[in-house]
Amino acid sequence: MSTENNNENYSNHYTEREQTKTEDMTHTDYIYMVSATTLIISMNAELDHHLADEMREVIDEVIDHRGVKNIIFDFGRIGFMDSAGIGLILGRYKKIRDIGTIYIASANQSIQRILLISGLHKIVTMCEDVTDAVRMMKGRR
Amino acid sequence: MMKQCEKYNKIERDTDYQDEMEILFDAKSENENFARVVAAAFCTRCNPTMEEISDIKTAVSEAVTNCIVHGYAGTTGKVHMHCFLEEHILTIEIKDYGVGIDNVERAMQPMYTSKPELERSGMGFSFMEAFMDELQVISKKNIGTTVIMKKRFCAE
Repeated sequence: MSTENNNENYSNHYTEREQTKTEDMTHTDYIYMVSATTLIISMNAELDHHLADEMREVIDEVIDHRGVKNIIFDFGRIGFMDSAGIGLILGRYKKIRDIGTIYIASANQSIQRILLISGLHKIVTMCEDVTDAVRMMKGRR
Repeated sequence: MMKQCEKYNKIERDTDYQDEMEILFDAKSENENFARVVAAAFCTRCNPTMEEISDIKTAVSEAVTNCIVHGYAGTTGKVHMHCFLEEHILTIEIKDYGVGIDNVERAMQPMYTSKPELERSGMGFSFMEAFMDELQVISKKNIGTTVIMKKRFCAE
């Protein structure tokens, strides 16, 4: 509810065309951004088999064509992930493990539990949020 | 006030509380979200904790994904979900009429997947086992697979 309000206030400053653009953003299931060699993916919908299938090809193309080394998965907006999410993260890990790291940002308790049970926490880096992930990445370089 | 609440809870629990619901939906990946939300909504009458809700959502999601990915393997079909609540025990039955499982024991092993090319992690049954109190899998080749899961709610 509060996010919607924020978006409304935010878009009031923009022209009508841009306003529709901002509204559209809230309806996409995920947003990604590439900055230098880092790919940041923010999920808006629960990460299950449906979303994982949708994201996989897009992410792989971005990794291959833009020389991505590190990936940050931002779970800040979602509270659910199942084994399909594990498959997705593991698959991307296999692709970039020699050149970079995978960061998991803002995972809530239930997502952390899934990562723990699957043993994925051993191969990814857990961070409080995206800013924290970027800070850790800089420290590593 | 507190005492009244306690008394009320006790009466609620003493009576043989029963409730059930059934849904039938298409084996489409969009419906994974639908199924787990329905199951979670159904169990809210037991005052579950956040953790219990997320356990149920994960288990239902895994079972329904299995029906779609393995049972029907991309073809069309129906998935049947039956939830039954008795006292503080929730039973969820998820059934498909697909290809069935050759070797249930092998399929239930952690990290085993018949479809590694699809990046299935092989954790589906392990998650169901970990997050629910009981898990039973019945499968017959070319007839279908039924997963029966039970969850006991900690009555406070």
